[in-house]
Amino acid sequence: MNRNLLLSGRFFLLLFVMLGIILTGCNRGAKSEGEGSGEFEASGTLDAETQEQLNTAKRIFYSLPSPLETAMLIKNAGAEYNEELMNPTSNTSKYITSKSKALNLGIYSTDLSYASLFDQSQATLDYIGAAKEMADGLNILDAIDEETVTQLEEQINNRDAIIDIISETLMNSSSFLKENDLEGTASVILVGGWVEGLYIAINLVDEHELEGNKLVERIVDQKLSIDIMVSLLEASPEDQDAQAVLEDVKALKTIFDKITINQGEVTAVEDPETNVTTLKSESSFKITHRIFTELKTKVIELRSSYIS
Amino acid sequence: MTKKGILFISLVACMITLPMAMNAQCKQFAKNTCKAGLEPYQHDGNYHAALLIEGEEAELYKTFYSDREYRIGVCGANNLTAVEFKVVDTRNGKVLYDNSLNDFDWKWDFNLESSQQLKIMVKVPVPDGNVDEPEEGCVAIMFGSKDD
Repeated sequence: MNRNLLLSGRFFLLLFVMLGIILTGCNRGAKSEGEGSGEFEASGTLDAETQEQLNTAKRIFYSLPSPLETAMLIKNAGAEYNEELMNPTSNTSKYITSKSKALNLGIYSTDLSYASLFDQSQATLDYIGAAKEMADGLNILDAIDEETVTQLEEQINNRDAIIDIISETLMNSSSFLKENDLEGTASVILVGGWVEGLYIAINLVDEHELEGNKLVERIVDQKLSIDIMVSLLEASPEDQDAQAVLEDVKALKTIFDKITINQGEVTAVEDPETNVTTLKSESSFKITHRIFTELKTKVIELRSSYIS
Repeated sequence: MTKKGILFISLVACMITLPMAMNAQCKQFAKNTCKAGLEPYQHDGNYHAALLIEGEEAELYKTFYSDREYRIGVCGANNLTAVEFKVVDTRNGKVLYDNSLNDFDWKWDFNLESSQQLKIMVKVPVPDGNVDEPEEGCVAIMFGSKDD
């Protein structure tokens, strides 16, 4: 660049204008997950075309069950606590790659939530430590800091407070990753947590009692989330870890597709006294022993590959 | 270092930190305003928030489960007009809830007889007669649940 130009006032004027444009673009904030939306000026007069683009642009979010929600669903379905189904905390040193750390942050977060919902104090403390190790390894700053661990220790006999702390750490982790354009990593963490929930649930089911089993119903319900999971992972095509995990999820989807769910039309009925709406609908599903076994075998295989 | 050099570095630093600061504000808004309003429902730990401009829309897909009670909260920053949201059955597009028919209430409480995948459609409306300088602000979509 010409030195005279560099030193001239014009250069700085140009620089200001360019920075203004860049800043306006950067200020668009968190990127959409999934289908992209156009970039728009934050201020200034909008012409008809731009206004039309704005009117049709959409940010798309795909929400998977968090590790906490997964554990709540398992407990709500009448599951029991079985420590042998959790990933031992002694495994933390095995996880070297970003993919294994992300998957096992999700896995340990589900185990942590599962333990805390069943008032397992020592396991709760052990698993927050394991989750912290994974989060630190991924440089997720302050998701689980020393203060969080101390708070957890102080409130160890207060389940509601512990659940609040876990919810807070999950939100800190999720927001940090999204603010830093690490949507792919956030997705891999969620898949890890989801697979762990599926692994725990599927191993707690008595295969001879599939009929009328609430836990089986919850497992079948995951068919409703699998397309969301595929879309979420496909939204990070540049992330190799997310794309590798996508292949695993597609393999699971092939099996879930064999399960039949029949759903009737949904009707919303509001209770005027409580202002709570009930979404009324009839639903039934069919899963054979063969499909259940096939699903169980695949889940065990995937989860084994994630924790080894 | 020359004054020009200092100015240049300052500008670059601003360029890097300003978006981060705005996102951090968005997180604080989601946490302090939206998450806090979910009680007595338990927040699930998921974070869905973005800076939206008036006229912009967002959609969120999520599975909701039977035998649980849910609260959906859609919160917009104070500089935005009341944020609209609808809850739609993804299978047929049937609108199950529309907050514009309920005084733009920011939250909706519901339960389900059977598990469903639903879509939450969010729109930041453009105020009448003000399209020259649309406002931009944080919009958060958050969920809480409890046992039925």
